[in-house]
Amino acid sequence: MTSLATLDHVSRSFGSVTAVDDVSLKIHEGEMLGLLGPNGAGKTTVISMLQGRRRPTRGTVQIFGGSPADAASRRGLGSTPQETALPEALRVGEVIDFVGAHFAHRRPTAELAAEFGIEEFLRRQVGSLSGGQKRRLSVALAFVGNPKLVLLDEPTTGLDVDARHSLWTVLREQHARGATVVVTSHYLEEIEALAERVVVMAHGRVVADDTLPGILNRVGVRLVRLQTSQPERVEALSGVDRRDGEAYFVRDSDAFLVELVRSGIDFHDLTVRGATLEEAFLSLTESIEPEGAR
Amino acid sequence: MSVLSLTLVHAKYSLIETARIPIAVIGTLVFPALALLFFVVPQQAVAGDPVYATQAIISMSVFSVMIGSLFSFGLGIAENREKPWEPYLRTLPAPGIARVLAHIFSTGLLAIVALVPIIIIGALLTEAVATPLQVLVGLGAVAVSGLPFMLLGMAIGYALPTKAAIAVIQVVFFALGFGGGLFLPPQLFPGWLDAISQFLPSRQARDFVIWAVQGGDLQPLTWLGLIAWTVLLLALVLLLVRRDEGRRYR
Repeated sequence: MTSLATLDHVSRSFGSVTAVDDVSLKIHEGEMLGLLGPNGAGKTTVISMLQGRRRPTRGTVQIFGGSPADAASRRGLGSTPQETALPEALRVGEVIDFVGAHFAHRRPTAELAAEFGIEEFLRRQVGSLSGGQKRRLSVALAFVGNPKLVLLDEPTTGLDVDARHSLWTVLREQHARGATVVVTSHYLEEIEALAERVVVMAHGRVVADDTLPGILNRVGVRLVRLQTSQPERVEALSGVDRRDGEAYFVRDSDAFLVELVRSGIDFHDLTVRGATLEEAFLSLTESIEPEGAR
Repeated sequence: MSVLSLTLVHAKYSLIETARIPIAVIGTLVFPALALLFFVVPQQAVAGDPVYATQAIISMSVFSVMIGSLFSFGLGIAENREKPWEPYLRTLPAPGIARVLAHIFSTGLLAIVALVPIIIIGALLTEAVATPLQVLVGLGAVAVSGLPFMLLGMAIGYALPTKAAIAVIQVVFFALGFGGGLFLPPQLFPGWLDAISQFLPSRQARDFVIWAVQGGDLQPLTWLGLIAWTVLLLALVLLLVRRDEGRRYR
């Protein structure tokens, strides 16, 4: 497989904060890659380095074999502005034409607008669109140049459920047309709907890089909360990833409860719920670094 | 896509945006005209003499382009860098030089258009004389000699956040305006100030346009200086554009 984009031991700091910490990643042609992680994990910084908007502090970033800082390297790249970024005074058709004018093999405005369901707004000024319509326009801009590599940073944030699902459908169609797509999200649901390969980031590092089923298996963590006089013994039961006060993170809550009862350890006030994605990531981080600073 | 076509595309949409909110241009148009009305027209010694009046109109035109360039370029770019559309444009395959030239062809064009009221006031209310050809040559000379101010405005805009840019622009335009003989004619300068003045782009622009309109001698320092300022500032702007990562917060 040809690699369209590469990060090689890339770090990026902002002042004293390390946003991205020694990340290596290859993005292959034809992939639909999900970059998953909680807010602040470093996803957006990775995307902005691939776009040439930020330079790495250490390591090298390449797209299409060149530096993203050179305009020529970005000819096959499509990205999405934040929906608040669009110039409100321009008409929808003008914004598409403006961005499209940068590319040699651009899509016709009307055709693209029809695919993204914004064809009826082409003559309207951007400022008059609703949030969902602006988001569709933003995402459409990433595809106007017939790009080989598309970077979508949180493409459906702020959309209602219906709008999100219809945008996912459009994205899958665009991927089927041949575009390699990288999509960042902090919603597991969004990554499940779109990605084939999933890279999980936490605290600026890649903590997992696997197929979608592989990742789902690993982040499916349950959180069991209970009061006991012997928390160390509960923690030592098999299947417990880690303990945080009265909370125990387990893979299989049913098996854990059976074992807890069998062990004869006293407990009360028991609750079980699915861990949030953030909690699941923390589990993942610590299970990958077993000798970490627990 | 060639640099030229991308330059024109960026300039076109920048002008469309400006045209949709035309009030933004009013300050650029009105301020120099008012300055001319208040500072030059009432002074009969200047306004009543064809040579001095013409030079005063030229000084005011250079001043107008300078102030228009510093504020429109400096503040415009500093503000844009704090909005998310500018970072998005950076992800498109347009080289920095196309973006820089597009600014010159859009914002710079407006700075030249702002000279029209000055020329009309000068023709109607002072004894300034220039043939239509001289006016055109003068406008061309102002446009060329205005490049250092446009590039200086861009450098300030790319280097500083908005509030700092305002402060720096105010100091720079006053120093360049006074030091370049745009407020007081350099004939009134003491020798040392006149010597320093020769190296300022504002003085060089003034002398260059006066030469283009009225003829006379052109010092090599004048045109060499304009070329040097343009080349140096262009290099600085391209470097800043390439290094720019938007507004940074710590």
